Amino acid sequence: MAEVILRGLTKSFGTTKALNNVTMTVPDGAFVVLLGPTGAGKTTTLRLIAGLDEPDSGDILIDGASVVRDMPAQRDVAMVFQQYSLYPHLTVRDNLAFPLRSPILNVPEADITRQVEEVAAVLRITKKLDNKATNLSGGEMQRVSIGRALVRNPRIYLMDEPLSSLDAKLRGDLRVELKRIHAEMGATFLYVTHDQIEAMTMATHVGVLDQGSLVQFGTPREIYENPVSTYVAGRLGQPRMNILPANAFGTAPNGAAVIGLRPEHVRLGDGQAATVRRIEHLGDQTRLHLSMGPHHIITLTDGHTQMSPGDTVLVRAEKPLWFDVAGNRLP
Amino acid sequence: MAEIVIRNLRKEFGAFTAVQDSSFTIADGEFFMLLGPSGCGKTTTLRMIAGLELPTSGQILIDGEDVSQRPASQRDIAFVFQMFALYPHMNVRQNISYPLISQKQPKAQVLARVAEVARILGIEAIMERPVGGLSGGDRQRVALGRAIVRNPKAFMMDEPLGALDAEFREHMSEELRSLHDKMHATTVYVTHDQLEAMQMGDKIVVMNNGFVEQFGTPREIYDHPATMFVADFIGSPSMNFLRFNAGLQSGDCSVNLGSFAVRTPQVRQDTATAPLVLGVRPEHVTLKDSGDYRGQIEAVEYLGTTQIVTITSPHGALKARIPTGQVAKVGETVALEFTATTLSLFDETSGRAIRTAANAGVYHG
Repeated sequence: MAEVILRGLTKSFGTTKALNNVTMTVPDGAFVVLLGPTGAGKTTTLRLIAGLDEPDSGDILIDGASVVRDMPAQRDVAMVFQQYSLYPHLTVRDNLAFPLRSPILNVPEADITRQVEEVAAVLRITKKLDNKATNLSGGEMQRVSIGRALVRNPRIYLMDEPLSSLDAKLRGDLRVELKRIHAEMGATFLYVTHDQIEAMTMATHVGVLDQGSLVQFGTPREIYENPVSTYVAGRLGQPRMNILPANAFGTAPNGAAVIGLRPEHVRLGDGQAATVRRIEHLGDQTRLHLSMGPHHIITLTDGHTQMSPGDTVLVRAEKPLWFDVAGNRLP
Repeated sequence: MAEIVIRNLRKEFGAFTAVQDSSFTIADGEFFMLLGPSGCGKTTTLRMIAGLELPTSGQILIDGEDVSQRPASQRDIAFVFQMFALYPHMNVRQNISYPLISQKQPKAQVLARVAEVARILGIEAIMERPVGGLSGGDRQRVALGRAIVRNPKAFMMDEPLGALDAEFREHMSEELRSLHDKMHATTVYVTHDQLEAMQMGDKIVVMNNGFVEQFGTPREIYDHPATMFVADFIGSPSMNFLRFNAGLQSGDCSVNLGSFAVRTPQVRQDTATAPLVLGVRPEHVTLKDSGDYRGQIEAVEYLGTTQIVTITSPHGALKARIPTGQVAKVGETVALEFTATTLSLFDETSGRAIRTAANAGVYHG
């Protein structure tokens, strides 16, 4: 278990700047999720920490000591890739035991058996322990590769979209499992995803990357409630934040170009007239699509609403967030 | 524009039966979803409607006419595939015009129709561009344009958004739906994504193992699932199942979960003593300070406006969706209350819903 510090980390591939001066602290025992679209620099960050790539400049400290000169094996980190990579000729049991059988660790065989079985139980693959690794479904293979990281006790777990190839149900279960493992072991996680539900539900901290730069770092709640830009605001929230011209609801503060309104902050009942375009009953929430003049607004309403398309409603902006022309938040 | 009626449709591939005995009606102008896990028979059903597969038995009526044994070319249906294929050597205009030119329509007519389609899709500015350099969204729009331009009786779409990333997918699904609201063309859409089905569909057919599990509006299917499969498949997190043993009498307004009486919608049928299941949606679980039915909080997941709380109850793990403002701490013991009018009851052996006052109106046997 360890604190990981990134200082001014920069990495280019040819003319593409994959990471641009990223400084960030992953506190000991934290579950940090890096969020951003494809190409934001998430995976590059993990690979630099793991030692699979070398930074052009900057430093990486694990437990206060720089590791940039260390070989991947010396860094004592465990990485789980998006695409599972198992030893096809070994059984599930031997795949899981492999990291523990390293001659440096010298773990007694009885301990190996116990640890492998514990991890198998958590990941619900106990029945498959004696299967060949190739004789598993995709979801099972991915669980084995997560398990292979979990049997060790590394200083940090690096995970690159480990759940993206699993079906929705299993993903939901493993989210809770990973969170529980994190809480019980007090382990440090750095986790990459573009699934906002994973970010919101598992993270103690979220780092939002935009084209190689870290644009915001905070708790999921801070990121959701206090985004520094429209870009960050767009990362979290379903349905997404309404982004409208600043004067859509009347006067705007100086310098504001757009108003950002979470769907739950579009209040119905008084204010400006809008037309109901569509009502989506999604079960746990009911979405109302409105037209207010030229603007399209999404808000949430009570599931038993009697409204129908064509109705006129009154809407008001509550807790608006203001952004300038460049999309940066106004104070 | 067309109404499509499916009657006792069946499809066998050798010894394997892909579609067992499907019957449902797609009303004229409806956005209709075929939903289910992979291998459930939804794509086979779509392909039979389009004429890409011929059914083993059963009928497909388009506007009252049985077309089940006719080739695709005689059905006047446009198909949009998951991997939309454009002609790479043609520009956008040529791609969209192609179906009309191959029908040898007069030039002026083609021009007018293509202009109209370009306007509907908002792609007037890219009409002369080669398709090679287009963004994913524009490629999708061109593929749609090629389907729309013929003005077919109906559109068949096989996971057209399946290959897109989450963010862009939400955007395109809104666009597709608003396009439908403009054109009102009958659309049959295959997906395995329950949220997509709920979001876009006027009606949904839920399929599993070749069988139609339920057919109805998104709201009916979510609120009153006809089977445990549907209850579990629709909604995230899915419906909580609390298992108990009992016999019910028509008129009962509560069930006994062990020593706890839980109020339910009035039961409308008698059942022999058997394993039963009480179905509770996470948003219908309320956490209280006091009460008899208690559980311990195992995990809390923050989701912005709401949070998901996992609780160990006397009947296993249970998930509740509660407002973010409400405090819920891991380790705490809380009392649980269920919103009586919303609960479902199932016979565990058959997996089918038990008739109650709540589901009486929508239950499709």
